[in-house]
Amino acid sequence: MRTLASFALLRESWVGMIGAGIIVFWILVAVFAQLISPFDPLATLQPFAKPGTTYAKGGIFLLGTDHIGRDILSRLIWGSRTVLVYAPLATFTAYVVGILMGLAAGYRRGWVDDVLSRISDIILSFPVLVLYIIIIATIGASGVNIIIAITFASAPGIMRIVRGLVLDLRNRDYVAAAQTRGESAWRIMLVEILPNARGPLIVDACLRMGYVIITIGVLGFLGLGLPPPDPDWGGMINETRQMAMAFPHMALFPCMAISSLILGFNLLADGLREISLRD
Amino acid sequence: MFVLLLKRIAFMVITMIVVSVLLFLLLEISPGSVATKVLGPYSSEEQRNLWLEQHGYFEPIYVRYFSWLGNFVTGDFGESIRFKVPVSEVLWPRLGNTVILGVAVFAVMIPLSLVLGILAGMREGSKLDRTISVTSIITTSVPEFASAVFLSALFVFWLKWLPGTSGMAEGFNLKELVLPVMVLVLYDFGYVARMTRASMVEVMTMPYIRTAVLKGLPYNKVILKHALRNALVAPFTVIMLQINWLLSGVIIVEFFFAYKGFGALLLEASLNQDIFLIEACAMVAVFVAVATQTIADVGYTYLNPRIRFS
Amino acid sequence: MTARRDAPILEIKDLNISYYTRAGEIPAVIDFSLTVNRSETVGLVGESGCGKSTVAWAIMQYMGNNGAIKSGSIKFMGHELNDLSDEELRKLRGSEISMIYQEPFAALNPSLTVASQLMEVPITHEQVSENEAWERCVQMLSDVHLPDQQRIMHAYPHQLSGGQQQRVVIAMALLSNPSLLLLDEPTTALDVTVEAGIVDLVADISKKFGTSQIYISHNLGLILEVCERVFVMYSGEVVEQGSINSVFTWPKHPYTQGLFGCIPLPTTDKNAAPLRPIRGQLPLPHERPVGCNFGPRCDHFEAGRCDARDVIMEPVVSSDAIGHRVRCLRWNEIDVGVPLAHAKAKPPFEVGERVLEVDHMQKYYEVHDRSIAALISGQSVRFVKANEALDFDARRGETVAIVGESGCGKSTFAKVLMGLECCTAGELRHEGRDIGNIPVHRRSSQQLGSLQMVFQNPSDTLNPSHTVGAQIARAIKKFGIEKEKSKIRDRVLNLLDVVKLPRDFYFRRPRQLSGGQKQRVGIARAFAGNPSLVIADEPVSALDVSVAAAVTELLMDIQREHQTTLLFISHDLGVVRYLADRIVVMYLGQIMERGTTEEIFAPPYHPYTEALLAAVPIADPEIEKREILLEGDLPSALDPPTGCPFVTRCPRKLGKICDQQRPLMQSLPTGHAIACHIPLEELRRIEPVIYVPPESERLHAK
Repeated sequence: MRTLASFALLRESWVGMIGAGIIVFWILVAVFAQLISPFDPLATLQPFAKPGTTYAKGGIFLLGTDHIGRDILSRLIWGSRTVLVYAPLATFTAYVVGILMGLAAGYRRGWVDDVLSRISDIILSFPVLVLYIIIIATIGASGVNIIIAITFASAPGIMRIVRGLVLDLRNRDYVAAAQTRGESAWRIMLVEILPNARGPLIVDACLRMGYVIITIGVLGFLGLGLPPPDPDWGGMINETRQMAMAFPHMALFPCMAISSLILGFNLLADGLREISLRD
Repeated sequence: MFVLLLKRIAFMVITMIVVSVLLFLLLEISPGSVATKVLGPYSSEEQRNLWLEQHGYFEPIYVRYFSWLGNFVTGDFGESIRFKVPVSEVLWPRLGNTVILGVAVFAVMIPLSLVLGILAGMREGSKLDRTISVTSIITTSVPEFASAVFLSALFVFWLKWLPGTSGMAEGFNLKELVLPVMVLVLYDFGYVARMTRASMVEVMTMPYIRTAVLKGLPYNKVILKHALRNALVAPFTVIMLQINWLLSGVIIVEFFFAYKGFGALLLEASLNQDIFLIEACAMVAVFVAVATQTIADVGYTYLNPRIRFS
Repeated sequence: MTARRDAPILEIKDLNISYYTRAGEIPAVIDFSLTVNRSETVGLVGESGCGKSTVAWAIMQYMGNNGAIKSGSIKFMGHELNDLSDEELRKLRGSEISMIYQEPFAALNPSLTVASQLMEVPITHEQVSENEAWERCVQMLSDVHLPDQQRIMHAYPHQLSGGQQQRVVIAMALLSNPSLLLLDEPTTALDVTVEAGIVDLVADISKKFGTSQIYISHNLGLILEVCERVFVMYSGEVVEQGSINSVFTWPKHPYTQGLFGCIPLPTTDKNAAPLRPIRGQLPLPHERPVGCNFGPRCDHFEAGRCDARDVIMEPVVSSDAIGHRVRCLRWNEIDVGVPLAHAKAKPPFEVGERVLEVDHMQKYYEVHDRSIAALISGQSVRFVKANEALDFDARRGETVAIVGESGCGKSTFAKVLMGLECCTAGELRHEGRDIGNIPVHRRSSQQLGSLQMVFQNPSDTLNPSHTVGAQIARAIKKFGIEKEKSKIRDRVLNLLDVVKLPRDFYFRRPRQLSGGQKQRVGIARAFAGNPSLVIADEPVSALDVSVAAAVTELLMDIQREHQTTLLFISHDLGVVRYLADRIVVMYLGQIMERGTTEEIFAPPYHPYTEALLAAVPIADPEIEKREILLEGDLPSALDPPTGCPFVTRCPRKLGKICDQQRPLMQSLPTGHAIACHIPLEELRRIEPVIYVPPESERLHAK
């Protein structure tokens, strides 16, 4: 209920509204990709076409084509599906793992906390990208592996946040009240504590979604992303950046797309945070 | 304080050991694949066995680990498969180049982000604050590879002011450093600035700031003496942790601009399954990350008298 | 600043202050006028949200981003403060007008030494040299009775105790010898015995330095001790003003009268003369009624008259009441009318069998010392004796109070009793069964339901994510009282009736409730399983006076009806005297004295009980009280004295024996027991701390 209410309050933060608008735009694009995409994203039609070129067999390459002649706009439209499927999935799994770890560490304290905290300290001490590169280079690039890698690398950070919130919330009187009426530890964690931590977690989830999109993009860009030929924004940049000096449009538009989506989540996070601080 | 330092250093050593075990298990658990990677996929079974025999791979795994660790600590990282030279010969010069890049980034980013963060946080909600905040959200939303594309398109393709690659083929060239630094600063400064702003905003609402104002101190003294000292504790930690982030950014930027640095080396090693090089690079990266974290923790304690004297 | 000697220091006229929020303009202070003369102390008293602190911020011209002075004037020594430039204001703040704050720890900068925070005052305002500033600060620290000034100068705030911090803040305020001192609840965050020392110091300041003061507090007793005149505020307005004697002896406004009826004065009694709570609750600032703000809660309310238009202040015409003014249309009528009688007497409690027996209970915590010295000497584990050999019992229908200041171990005891911790040694028998070592998850649902707790903090007691009904229903289900959904629901509604809350609160969420209402829900939840023993940990200390009285009465009515044993934990001897049958006084984890309420409040006293009694302010000018000031602050529970725990502060210390030996309990046949080395006969000769004149000699209209 209150979560919904705070989204309703978003109307009062123009920053948050813009962010939400961008996200909704891309979700619509992804849902209706079939309808709005002008060409087949995999078809090789006319290499090196500049933006606005008319295609001989009808239609216009609004954003041009890439080096092997695929329509960039269509690839962008279809590519939004990839990112909007994998990013939320990866964020979600990371959150499930991170929340469970954080609840256990923060509520149980003692050795559980020590072990979980040390593990996450060690994972977090890796430079993130080094971690991703090593994992992906070892287990191979695929959608599932990307989700596994992101969960592995992000869950410790989420755990830290949840743990901090739980350490604060576990001292509240209503938790003591639940304890004194003999509630089980899991019920206290999930029913009494977790719902009260949702405010900061929603904001963090939006920010983290931005990072996950960046990560998926970076992996694609480094050639460690989803295997071709399916359209993937990061991969599109990787494939065409060699030509960027001569044909900047090939890399430019995917960059804009990915940046705008990240911006959307970051603005939404900022708006939600501003609202949550207000009352 | 001294105990804390010892504890942190002990933790650092333990982390390094754990990481080394994990790396070793991950990359060298099956000797067969090591041999394949070293000798190439077209090597024969006998060749591989011979190589494994010569390099002691038929020993139990813990013996192998300790001899590997011994070599590692004494600076013998093995031979790079790709470059066909000892790893240390490639590693150290590349690391040097990355240090140059990193120092340049920090020299620009820290003053910029601290000043902007403090200005924004001093008067929360002011026009200046909104402008700085929104700008920093926008810049942190553009990933390094995207801003590299944007900036190259602008400065290389249209304006033709700067070179598009930073290979430094004809020796060190400051011009070639500009774009990589710009890309990294653009992505990173917003985060530090926002953290500084948040810290400053929090401090400015503290009752002791009110006390200072109502003591009749001039505004600049309230800011410089009472606010900054408390507000800069959090950004200090963030900046130290930023080195960790920078190590990630460096990989992308060096890859994009073909800068011969540590990040590009790590990526190249990973893509080519150059295991000894991967091991060395990863250990160096983790060492840098853990060391900065230790400095951040110890520094935080030192800057915070409430912890220092208790 | 220069001004005529006889001119008032501060003159506020027709001041109106508003806050501007997203919900619109909210008037915080309405039609406020006040004059403070040279070296006079004026009190502002009222409950939360009445606007008393806003007045102080307005004088300081420090209203924050969303507050603004709408109209009226604030003249300081003849100069209009509202017209001053920023620079002129800066020169005034901290030199001519200083302020002392509620939370001393928050008011001091954690990363600067005391010296650097103090010295900047004379350096900024009088451009003195560093050396001179140092000298002056040391002198001022000694003036506020802080020992070892050099050490304190070099210390950081967190290295000082709360009382010391507040003395530093006071020293800071006095350094440039201000003409006006604003004190905003300066002792609220401190323990009672520490508070007494600060109050004494504050009262001294105006005598010694000739400083005029405005003392803001919610505590009528404190105002009585410190001030000469008082302004009673309610919902943004002054409702009554006058000299202390006049207002405290002949309160005219129904609200002021009501407040006195809510305070557990020594003349009240839970059976014969119970408190008279004011009904209803404080109006929210944007929901104030037309006409008299107090109208909806007033027993003398006259429709069509009191709610017709805004009421203005009128002078009280009487020979004893110079300067006494009141904002009530009917003050004249109700005064001559029937004097407010005490609320109806209630039947006394019936005391039954023993419900709780505490037998030599101990609770120690292990503390790991990780310093190098401890590592070398091998003494890295120390014990904190949170509870040391506690001995007492409680019978059915009885109220036993545990009294003590912070760190006395009263909350630890509650935790052990509830099973959140296990005791280290001794026994804790509830209904005959030892539960000291049965943690909560091993207690049966019947056991859980029969031993419940009411918590202190209204903002914390309910889970903000769940509805009121769901939270009470969960307790009923968990205690196995009812199983069927509809029956559980009926019982929840029934409990809401019992705690006098409307039934539609079932679907409300905690954030829609006021503090008093949340505490009522907390009480309903505690009584869900028909408990035989309820432990109430400071259940009303966070509530406003008028609300607290109602919650206290409610708690006792339910207790009376259910024959419940109530274990009441409190730091406030006033409340405890009112509602407890027997009292246990604790200090640093040990029982200092226990006995019936009459025994505790009359000699022989334990010297700590004696000091505690003297420290609690009483809002009745006719009650006389002996002054006892304790030296220093409470010792840390981590490092208690070896002998008697009270030895470091005891004004009746005998000598070495107190330092070295723990005193034994000296028991009387009645059960009254005192842990002190001084023989009982000697303690018996001490004169009473509080003297209540007999009814016939009293001027009070009661």
